[in-house]
Amino acid sequence: MARPKSISRVRPVAEAAPALPNGPGAAAILAAGVGSLALGLFALAGDAWPALGNALSVWPPTGPLSGVTAAAVVVWLVAWAALGRIWARREVNLRAVNLAAFAMLAAGLLLTFPPIMDLLEGR
Amino acid sequence: MEITFRDAMTVMHGMGFGALFMLAFSGAIAIIYASATGAPPDAPVRGRTLFRLYLLSMAGLSWLTVLSGSYLIYPWYRATPPAGATDLAAYPQHLLLSNPMTAGWHELGMEWKEHIAWFTPIAMTMVAYIFIAYGPQLARRRDLRRAALGFTAVAFLATAVAGTFGAFLNKEAPVHGGPEIVLLRGR
Repeated sequence: MARPKSISRVRPVAEAAPALPNGPGAAAILAAGVGSLALGLFALAGDAWPALGNALSVWPPTGPLSGVTAAAVVVWLVAWAALGRIWARREVNLRAVNLAAFAMLAAGLLLTFPPIMDLLEGR
Repeated sequence: MEITFRDAMTVMHGMGFGALFMLAFSGAIAIIYASATGAPPDAPVRGRTLFRLYLLSMAGLSWLTVLSGSYLIYPWYRATPPAGATDLAAYPQHLLLSNPMTAGWHELGMEWKEHIAWFTPIAMTMVAYIFIAYGPQLARRRDLRRAALGFTAVAFLATAVAGTFGAFLNKEAPVHGGPEIVLLRGR
């Protein structure tokens, strides 16, 4: 015999709230991927080219790490603002967005792993 | 019982912000899981507000952890000793690099830790935003929940790597010095 739906399974709030398109969420997810990849790329570039490393040393006590992380945060926020504006009222293919975001996140993580950095720099 | 200022700041960075953030992870996973079933109907507004505050606090803690680590502790860690210095105790990076048996703690441990930790605030800010913007609508947004869960898991991994190396680095070459803070005087 089928069990009747209990009151606790009712979702009045979820049903009542005006539906927000997935665009703003997708923008946040893809921007997080872009920022993660930027972090990996800046870290690798700063390590590979001493001149760039010196240029990234925007706060000398912290050294190149200050520029690497500041630049990655700027790229992340700019990407979020731009994508958020473009996708503000749109439904997008979130599966593709997730795939791209996780690919960039994985690449960013790998690029910050010192043995991978050394391999790419030919050390 | 006393502690140096730099030790106190290192404790605040690692045990205050970092460890508290790690402890909060199980709650974040529970919130993301709970979002799949929607908000409880008997206390929807209060429950959602609590969830939002919890994730916002996690994002805030992750920012405090990386900012204190990068701009407060790390400069002490990488300080350059004066020419001809033989006692490197106050210069942890140089102390580690002076011995081939400890150099790896810097070359792998710190080099990885200083970058990987920064994935966490980016990920957790995004996750907090998703929960604030979508709230109970996440019950019908499986792909958004999956992304939030995935980035939260990676943030946990990144924090675990940074925290583990931080603990070992501070054991091998502690960041130490500055004014002494007396916590308790013995009899």
